[in-house]
Formats: sequence, structure tokens, C-alpha cells
Amino acid sequence: MATTVHMEALSPTMEEGQVVRWLKAEGAAVTSGEVIAEVETDKATMELVARADGKLRKIFISEGGVAPVGSVIAVIGAEGEDISALLPDGATAQAGGGGAARPAAAAEVGAPTARAAASVAVPPEAQPAPAAVAEPTVVVEEPRSDGGRVKASPLARRLAADGGIPLASIRGSGPGGRIVKRDVEQAAKEPAPLARPALPPPSDADYADVPLTQMRKTIARRLVESIGPVPHFFLTIDVDMTRVVDARKRVNALLDSRGIKVSYNDIVLKATAVALRQHPNCNSHWGGDHIRQFNRVHLGVAVAVDDGLITPIVRDAHVKGIAQIAEEVRELAGRARERKLKPDEYTGATFSVSNLGMFGIEAFTGVINPPEAGILAVGALEERAVVEAGQVVVRPRMRITMSCDHRVIDGAQGARFLETLKAILEEPLTALV
Amino acid sequence: MASITYRDALNQALAEEMARDDSVFLMGEEVAEYDGAYKVSKGLLDRFGDRRVVDTPISELGFAGLGVGAAMVGLKPVIEFMTFNFSLLALDQAINSAAKMLYMSGGQIHLPMVFRGPTGAALQLGAQHSQSCATWYVHAPGIKVVTPATPADAKGLLKAAIRDEDPVAFMEGELLYNVKGEVPGPEDGDFVIPLGLADVKREGSDVSIVTNGAMVHLALTVAAKLEKDGVNAEVLDLRSLRPLDVDAILATVRKTNRAVVLEEGWPYVGIGAQIVSIIQDEAFDDLDAPVVRVTQADIPMPYAKNLEVMAKPSVQRVVDACNRVLYRN
Repeated sequence: MATTVHMEALSPTMEEGQVVRWLKAEGAAVTSGEVIAEVETDKATMELVARADGKLRKIFISEGGVAPVGSVIAVIGAEGEDISALLPDGATAQAGGGGAARPAAAAEVGAPTARAAASVAVPPEAQPAPAAVAEPTVVVEEPRSDGGRVKASPLARRLAADGGIPLASIRGSGPGGRIVKRDVEQAAKEPAPLARPALPPPSDADYADVPLTQMRKTIARRLVESIGPVPHFFLTIDVDMTRVVDARKRVNALLDSRGIKVSYNDIVLKATAVALRQHPNCNSHWGGDHIRQFNRVHLGVAVAVDDGLITPIVRDAHVKGIAQIAEEVRELAGRARERKLKPDEYTGATFSVSNLGMFGIEAFTGVINPPEAGILAVGALEERAVVEAGQVVVRPRMRITMSCDHRVIDGAQGARFLETLKAILEEPLTALV
Repeated sequence: MASITYRDALNQALAEEMARDDSVFLMGEEVAEYDGAYKVSKGLLDRFGDRRVVDTPISELGFAGLGVGAAMVGLKPVIEFMTFNFSLLALDQAINSAAKMLYMSGGQIHLPMVFRGPTGAALQLGAQHSQSCATWYVHAPGIKVVTPATPADAKGLLKAAIRDEDPVAFMEGELLYNVKGEVPGPEDGDFVIPLGLADVKREGSDVSIVTNGAMVHLALTVAAKLEKDGVNAEVLDLRSLRPLDVDAILATVRKTNRAVVLEEGWPYVGIGAQIVSIIQDEAFDDLDAPVVRVTQADIPMPYAKNLEVMAKPSVQRVVDACNRVLYRN
């Protein structure tokens, strides 16, 4: 019994996905649960599995193509079985070379159904195939020109598909950057690069248009949804880090034998978690008609990745030691850069922390990740001249700026939280007692 | 087997078919007493007499129509046009009568006739006498079109054309009549090449040059030149333009992944346009580059020698086209 393969909601906020690579070509045998494609979602590259046994009879979207969640992107069926009823309008049941995209007929694309409401805490598991799509009239769109359509000769497309090389990773030497056979042959000799859209070839023009990756689109959309509707205000404190500097040295000496190094940010994360436990009104989500105050602290840690940023989560940071926090952050950041995070690893934070200190940024203001109510922006740790008991002394100092959603946190509440945070950082033993 | 000229190969084909079948006769301007404007029918009047080899006035429409009538009552006319340029006058008989008779008679009236003569440019014959006329004929369903390039193909295909029970436009080349080649003689048996089959004149792996008629020789020259540059070109001689050997076209494109279509005529809706249409439709996934055409310039053929050279396809233009599809600068 033939079945359709859908662009599944591989993350709760995903609205569309880009096929990075087909792991199976048309005609290949597939079994239920087997990975058949890699799909780039709004945040990471995910695996799409087959939900039936059979042969991958028809592929409707080529590598590099973008499809809305819920649309039909392939058909699995038995050899020789009549699959015409499952084909989108305008497609034919001819066998073709590896996954050529079919021109879309005029049917409307079904609205994305898997978008989780931003105002409720998202479940950690990704939901598979959304409910609404069973009609064969939902069609797949052609790869969009704004999504970076790759120019390649038909032969090059086929060779790349057969060789499992994402077209987007190949540099084209033909006219207009067209990828041709020799480029695919060349790429086949090189080690597999990370799947990311090719930048336009260098030119003497006054500008170059860079196509948006899924991540950029998501960042743009999400943060407009944040700064627009969320009434931000900002509070800054300047923290004396003398004792933290000393504590860190001593902690790292202790951890040396375990091969773990704790960073200043790891210590700030721990201090933040402890402080949030004392101020649940800051460890909250805006729920539209209610505010959810969390008893556990799941900290989103902003990590810069190629071309964007993502916030993997350290769960239950309030009960974890800084060694464990350090290890987890390292591991999550590494996988974030490789776009290998699972959705439950970057959704569900109660509060976020972003640190640009390593770039020498003194202070900055972060944009809140809805539905969270606050985000900390951590600046550089620097020796500064300060006044103590009437004398000018040099101390290591760090400025932290908190952005607050005024619907959830008022000025005084935010200030009290920062007061607690500052106290912990200026006397780290506070977190022990 | 002997090395003879294209002209003599045609002469052999006519003689063999006229000897084999009494209903075959040759009619046209200068075919009898003069031995043919290009001497293709040399000796045939002496051998077969004036009922089998018939001189006509300068009246293409008239004797083409005579041929149609003769074919309708069971004869097998070979109607010679001194060049196919003059046959434009006879197109009403060739297309409206000959090509459509089988269809309009509900399949009852076959016309086993051949229109033959040279087509295409020679040297400085001017605009009206240098046309590649295949497009006028190949466009209409109901008439086959054959363009042999070599002496052997000329003999084998003319015999097949004469034996075909439906109309065939058999297009030779003025500049081909003196080309020599190995041709099976009467002593080698009945040498017939079926219509509708292309022939790989040169095997290659890097680029396919798809062509026909006089241009085949240009293509072979180009291939020899490319060979020195390390490019191995395949030359496919279509031989028949209708029916077209689509399988052979697709096979060569599948093999080399890039094609240059070379034709003698004008570019606009020329023979090559049909071939490109078929290739992109049916061999899309085998293409590493767009299919490029090389044709005569889109102008009436100039009389001035230097301009004529520039108007015709040349070795350099075909080499440039091959380099383009090979992405070689």
C-alpha cells in the first residue's frame, strides 16, 4: 500500500524545511524507521525517516529544495504499484534520474500545521507528521529563488545525488556559477564539507546578495516577534569579580586531573541559576493570559554558529555543579556549531544568557527569546579603576545587562534579581550555603 | 566493393532499381539526352530507353504532378529536380498531393515515388540557388526525407527510397557528387540501407556532433582538429531527417553528455531546432551543458565569395561551439 512522505515538523517551531541531502535515490529500497533524507530546519539539520517499507518510488523535491511542513515530498510504494493517486497535480509517474523537482501545479499549499504556540512551554519531543495533510493536491513548491536556488546542469544534479554530495556544498565553475560534471567529480574527491548554502562567487560588483539560510530566516522572524511585541527594558550592573577570578583559579586546579576547565561564563551561569531560584518572577514565561513561574531553571546559553546563533539549554542548572555545567556547555556548543542539536536541546529554556565578553564588548543589550521573560547580556571581564573607601583601586570588573519583559518583570523586581546575582558573584560562597 | 564517387553510386542505384523493376522510371530536366545536369543519369537512356528515362520542359510543378499521377496508377517515378531550390515551384504537388494522398484517401492510395536532386549551397550560386531545402519537406507529415552524406549511403538509401511505397524526398549535395568512398557493387549483392537509421561516422566520448548531409564532412574535419587538442568528438550522421533516428540521438547524448547540432540551413525553426527539442525533452538528465546549434547565418546566401564563406558554418564556428559545451576557454 503506497504512502506519501511528508515534510515533517522536525522541530515544534518549524514551518518549512530544506532538503540538504537525499540518502536514498528514487527506486531504492527503504524500511520503516530508516533515515532517508537530511533536512535543515529552522535551527538544525535533522534526519527524516521513512514511515513505511517499500521502494522510494518518486521524489518530488531535489536537494536544496524547500518545502512547507506538511507538504508531500516523496512516495514510498511497492515496485510496479500504481501510485498515480498519490502524486501531486502536474507530476507524472515516469522514472527519472535522482529526484528532479516537478513543476508545481496551481493548487494552494496547505498552511503549516505544526507551529507550536509561542506562549506555552514546548514539549521536549518533536512531533512527527502533522495532522492536516493527506490530500494529494498539496504540492511541493519549486526551490525558491530567495532560498538560494542552485544552478547545476541536469547531469551534475544527478551525479551529485547519486554520490550523496549536497549540491549546495559544491562550487560551480560553469557560466553564472553553474555546477557542472567536473565540479561534482572534483567534490567527490574531497572530504565531505558541512552542508551549507554556497556563497555567491566573488565579483567586482558593488554588492553581492547572500541567500538566507533557514537559520537566518528564523532568527529574523523570531527576534522581530520579540522586540516588536515584547516591551523590553534594560538594567545594568557592574560586578566586582575579584573573588570569582580567584575561585575560578582554585576550581580549575581541582578539576585539572579530570581534564575540565571552567570558564567565567560557566560561573555566571551557575550564579544566575541560583539567583533565579530566589526570584521565580524572573524565571518565567509570558503566557498571554497568565505568567508561568518555573521552579526549575533551564538556562539557554547563546552560542554563535557559522552564520547565526542558537541557544542550547543546560537543564536544571540550579542543581548542577559548575564542572558539569562547563562540560555540558562545551559539548552542546560543539554540536551546535555542527548543527547537530536535537529540538529538545534548544527549546524549553526558562531564561537565557548571552556573553560577548570574549570579543571585548563592555556591555550590550540582548533581545529576549519569547516566551521567556528575561535575558542576561554578559560583558567582558576587565581590570578597571574603581573607588573603594575613598581610594582609586584596580579591580577586575564585569558589566551585566538584563533585558526584561515589562509584562512579566517590573523594574524593582529585575533590580532585586540583579542585586542577588551581584551578591553571589562578589561572594561565590553564597551559592554554597 | 570499389571506391567510386557519390555520383556513380547514385547512378548504380538507379540502374539496379530500374533493372529490377520495370515500373521504375526517371523523369526531369536534362536527365535523358544530356545524361543529367550533374551526370547522375549517365548512360541510363542508352540502357533503358526513352520510356524509362524522360526529359521534361522547365516545368517543375507540371512534371511533379505527372509523377504523382503516374504513382497513383501503379508506376514508380523518380522525379529529378535539377536542384531542390527549383522544387519550391512544385511544392503544391509534393506536399499537398504526394505527402497527403495516403491520409486523404483513407489509406487507399500509396504513392511509391521519389523526388531527388541536390540541395544546399555550392559555391557562389547566389541567394536563390543555395538554399538548404530539407525544412520545406520535413515539416509536412506524409513524406520521408533522406540526406545521404557518403557514396555508400547514397546508393543504399536511394535503393531503399525507390522501393518505399510512400513518397520520399531524397536530397543529395552538389558538392558531394565528387566525393569518393567505398561502395558495395552489384557483384556484392543487393545493397539496401533501411530508411530512418542514423550512423555513427566517428566514435567519440567527449562531445557529440549531430549532423547530416554535406555537413557530415565538415564535422569530421572538426573532429580531427579537436583530436589534436585532446578532445574526442563523436559524429552522428542522421541520414534520415524523417523518420528521425531518435534512439541514436539519445544514445550519443547519453554517452558524451553534450551535443552540438550542425546543419546547413537557416537557424530559425531549422532541422536542428527539432533535434534540440527532442534532446532536452528526452535526455535532460544526461546533459552537462545546453545543446548548441551551428547553422548558416540568418540571411539569404551572399554571392560574394568572402561573404558566402562567412555565412556558411565553418570549422572554427563548430570548434567554438564544442568548446562552449565542454566549458573550455
